[in-house]
Amino acid sequence: MSIKVLYFASLRETLGYSHETLTLPASIATLGDLRGHLARRGGVWEALEEGRNVRAAINQNMVGPEAAVADRDEVAFFPPVTGG
Amino acid sequence: MNTISVQEADFDVGAEIEALSAGRADVGAVASFVGLVRADTLAGEDDDVSAMTLEHYPGMTEKSLEAIVAEADGRWSLLGTRVIHRFGRLVPGERIVFVGVASSHRGDAFAACEFIMDYLKTRAPFWKKEDTPAGGRWVDAREADDSAAARWGRTPD
Repeated sequence: MSIKVLYFASLRETLGYSHETLTLPASIATLGDLRGHLARRGGVWEALEEGRNVRAAINQNMVGPEAAVADRDEVAFFPPVTGG
Repeated sequence: MNTISVQEADFDVGAEIEALSAGRADVGAVASFVGLVRADTLAGEDDDVSAMTLEHYPGMTEKSLEAIVAEADGRWSLLGTRVIHRFGRLVPGERIVFVGVASSHRGDAFAACEFIMDYLKTRAPFWKKEDTPAGGRWVDAREADDSAAARWGRTPD
């Protein structure tokens, strides 16, 4: 499956990417799986490791690691929000 | 009427408050909140903030604000709400956010206004980066904001 991934704020700066399109192996079913998959790129991508304070949204709804990832989804990773 | 704007431009507080009751006789209360950029820092360090830049997630921002306002509508008897949140570069003293709520009686307007701000702080995808003499610095989320949102009780995500 193919998804779009967006990165925001300090995470975008750390990774050096604001977005990418990814083709995922069939073994990735959930957001948690995707996060682990990205963290295994190593280096700066370890910022996405489990336990790091990173939030995520699928199709613009905030979700937890158990959320299912589907073909053509828009997934976003970002630090805790600081608006208002 | 519920209206949400995410914009770079400033807004006219008086005009926004007026609009919440203009042409109607059922509104008995309008409560509003204006958030401003402060020169001191959340971290309590003594280096001054010369400006801040707000980044957001276009699309999700509007969607999350609409969900927060809908939640407020479900909890209180409201006659209208207006939320404006700015993004881009702002200097101390500038307005960041406006929340205005109209209702028949003050209790609903006061409560809904505070609820919308508390939820916005923890759910709307905005991020602040401060410019200081030591360089740019992302603002960390505050636990106090999570507690403020949590006191309104659990809602579906």
